Amino acid sequence: MALQSGADQPGADESRADEASPDVVLEARGITKRFPGVLANDTVDFALRRGQVHCLLGENGAGKSTLMNVVFGLYQPDAGELLVRGEPVRFRSSADAIAAGIGMVHQHFQLVPVMAVWENVVLGDELTRGPLLDRGAARARIAELSERYSLAIDPDAVVGELSVGAQQRVELLKALFRDADILILDEPTAVLTPQEVDGFFEIVRSLLDRGISVVFITHKLREVLAVADEVTVLRGGKAVGRADPRTATQGSLATLMVGRDVSFEVDKAPAEPGAVVLRVVDLTVADDRGVPTVSGLELQVRAGEIFGVAGVEGNGQRELVEAITGIRPSVSGSVAIGGTDVTGWNPRRIADLGVGHVPEDRSKDGLVGPFSLADNLVLNRYHRAEFSRRFVVRRDAVRRNAERLVADFDVRTTGVDVPAGTLSGGNQQKLVIARELSADLSLLIVAQPTRGLDVGSIEFIHRQIVARRDEGVAVLLVSAELDEVLSLADRVGVLYRGRFAEVLDREEATRRRCGMLMGGADQHAEEVA
Amino acid sequence: MLLAMVDLPAQDKPTRPPRTPRRGFTRLSRLQTIGVAYLLLGVTLVVQVAGALDPAQVVFLFGLGDGVPQVGVQPAAFTLGTGLLFVLAGVVALGERWTGRYAGVALLVATVLFVPLVLVTSLALSAAGTMNVVPLMGESLRVGTPVALGALAGLYAERSGVVNIGIEGMMLAGAGVGFVVYAVLGAAGGWPLYVSVVVAVAVGGLMAALHALLSVTFRTDQIVSGVAINLLAIGLTSFLRREVLLPLGIGGGSTLPTIEIPLLADLPLVGRSLFVGKPIYFTMFLIFALTQVVLFRSAWGLRVRSVGENPHAAETLGIDVVKTRYQAVIVGGLLAGLAGAWFTLETVGTFDNLITNGKGFIALAALIFGKWRPWSAFGGAVLFGFAEALGRRIQLLDVSVGGFPVPSQFLQVLPFVVTIVVLAGAIGRAIPPASVGVPFERSR
Repeated sequence: MALQSGADQPGADESRADEASPDVVLEARGITKRFPGVLANDTVDFALRRGQVHCLLGENGAGKSTLMNVVFGLYQPDAGELLVRGEPVRFRSSADAIAAGIGMVHQHFQLVPVMAVWENVVLGDELTRGPLLDRGAARARIAELSERYSLAIDPDAVVGELSVGAQQRVELLKALFRDADILILDEPTAVLTPQEVDGFFEIVRSLLDRGISVVFITHKLREVLAVADEVTVLRGGKAVGRADPRTATQGSLATLMVGRDVSFEVDKAPAEPGAVVLRVVDLTVADDRGVPTVSGLELQVRAGEIFGVAGVEGNGQRELVEAITGIRPSVSGSVAIGGTDVTGWNPRRIADLGVGHVPEDRSKDGLVGPFSLADNLVLNRYHRAEFSRRFVVRRDAVRRNAERLVADFDVRTTGVDVPAGTLSGGNQQKLVIARELSADLSLLIVAQPTRGLDVGSIEFIHRQIVARRDEGVAVLLVSAELDEVLSLADRVGVLYRGRFAEVLDREEATRRRCGMLMGGADQHAEEVA
Repeated sequence: MLLAMVDLPAQDKPTRPPRTPRRGFTRLSRLQTIGVAYLLLGVTLVVQVAGALDPAQVVFLFGLGDGVPQVGVQPAAFTLGTGLLFVLAGVVALGERWTGRYAGVALLVATVLFVPLVLVTSLALSAAGTMNVVPLMGESLRVGTPVALGALAGLYAERSGVVNIGIEGMMLAGAGVGFVVYAVLGAAGGWPLYVSVVVAVAVGGLMAALHALLSVTFRTDQIVSGVAINLLAIGLTSFLRREVLLPLGIGGGSTLPTIEIPLLADLPLVGRSLFVGKPIYFTMFLIFALTQVVLFRSAWGLRVRSVGENPHAAETLGIDVVKTRYQAVIVGGLLAGLAGAWFTLETVGTFDNLITNGKGFIALAALIFGKWRPWSAFGGAVLFGFAEALGRRIQLLDVSVGGFPVPSQFLQVLPFVVTIVVLAGAIGRAIPPASVGVPFERSR
């Protein structure tokens, strides 16, 4: 089916056909791929040169992964052609792509966690001795490869017990084991810590030194500038531009990626704080293991201000938020909202006071994936008269509510009846934001509101939060991204080991000062330094 | 199966301990709960049972014929000793915090002792005073044969990611159609008997192919597809019986011949009981050894396991997931067909409606019990075989307590229940292949 429609759109790529240089190891010409309701790739051209890193830059949903899945034979294109080392190819499955020397490391690792490293590596291309697997030969080959590319790994380790970084090395070994000389890396750094990212770039460079060419998919501008030889920017399924990383800046790349100028600053008027809405006194909360991760914490958030909680993750952020919203019982201390002591209340009673909560893990705690958008949008209010009449849900009201919110909050979807789990990450987060911010609020608690989102969604969500503040809502913002806290917050508390190392006014909160406090340095140390 | 699926989400995150300990009430862990049960049972044995038993010795014989070794047991002493051990095991399990993994070991030992305990007390409470142990073992293996083969049928399918609740139907179809063909050929033994076994195996494979078609190609719910297989087999075989078998007027026929394994059959004590048997019984052992090798040492086995764990990973490596699942399900079906032949062509020599009598479902239980591993599943199957063989014996014993007869079913079911409860607790949760029951959708 895929190839017939290709005949409908010839011509577009003919003019480029003679441009192929001997250097180009992989070329896509006029690739078009449709999914029901979406044009994921629209006549995309793309060329990778030998021994180079070619970055595919684009926001979530721009069609980067789709394009690479076409190149890897997992998707059949509706139109367009692929050339590997100048030869036209047609991949029926990834087996064909592998045979052509292409390897792909997927964003979500494609590993079998219960099996050993060597089993994962040889799977599909097994070394055998007679009818049986040749484990010794597999081990030897893996040892040789990990030596050559400095990918330290124990071939007998069980994959599920390895760190994320080590699992990524297994994925690389899988491709190298198949003699891939074209490697597609789909958002390889998304799962790594900053230190691991540096190590990963080392690995990429060692691959290049040995003549391997790399396609690097990312939406992180900093990485593009650090590693790319060439950049192709995708937006809305189209290749909208190329850039030279030696001359490009983060700003120019972002503009290409988003399609308009992007400000990294959030526009906001000075805060006009009112009465104290949230008052936390001497709060101690234990984590799942029973260890107190919030201890003796004091906090006040006023109406009309954004209080930003900065800090390295795991310093009590999650437990603090869960204790305030009633999800987790506290060990001692009290929480008062709008003058009412809510310590020990259940989450619904607290929510009914006008407390909105955007949880840090949207797919696990924020949404019910298989439920429709409409149902997800009333999860915290289906019981109210507005939506139910004597045990019976008013479907029409639920639907109208959903249609209104989807429009107001710019959730991109084909309808309000589709399961929430089918939306992209950015749209799922907008859905949660829509539900929580549309209520009649006095206090809004947002945790990691823009994790993993694209620039456009981040801007939108930031504007929504500021708008709520300007209406007089007290906002508690928790984020692991210091930049996000600094651009939104009116006051900043740096959380360190379960309490605030210091609460700073926005003007005092410099990156440097916050960074030191996050690392546990007290202010005297800073003064001495 | 349901049990297995409920467990699924627990794999990717460590289990959460309760958030706050409830005040005034300490929750017992699984091991501790079982420990309490053993503690109570042990105390009862020591205080109530041990003194009340007939002091006459009970005798266990090992092997057939004269002059075989025998072990005499003093029921009161044995019960007293076992009771004390149970108490000890209970205490060790209760103190799980201090005894660590010895808690599980203690419960396992106690469980192993449970079987002789039931034997000794039943013998002591009945008129008979002796029991022959070796034939009992032989019978366990024989009765366990179809269960073991059925468990393998499930093993291949489920390792590849396809739930197989249709083992029973595949067995029944093999048993029924195999015997009908045998009857049509005259039911007189000789070559038609072997042809019929081949037919039975093929029919099992065909039923499995249907299951694969429904659940892999059309992505029907795999449970529903399995139920459909079971219902189809019931209808098909009872129809064939009424329309073909009964008009032929053939009530029964000779079964597969008994074989003696040279040398091994002459071993002292166990030879006659374990190494004299019929072909499917012996084939079962071969198939188990073969399965272990195929599944864990061959390229095909690696692929089967990978499509059962993460089919998308397999796909990105160029493996044809659909084809692999078809192969695995059909191989399983062939074995289920062989298990069917065991009933009609090896053992009974006739076909009755529903002759498989739920063994296919017990096979599934043995598979889960064995955590989807061949030899463990074999152990599960033999355990079920043992329970059945033991039941047959106890039925003949006329056990009575203080003049009241104890229903044999009661004694029969005890080792069963206890073993399962304890294995569930002491060995831990069975983790099924990660993608079992999830239809595979190819990227396109």
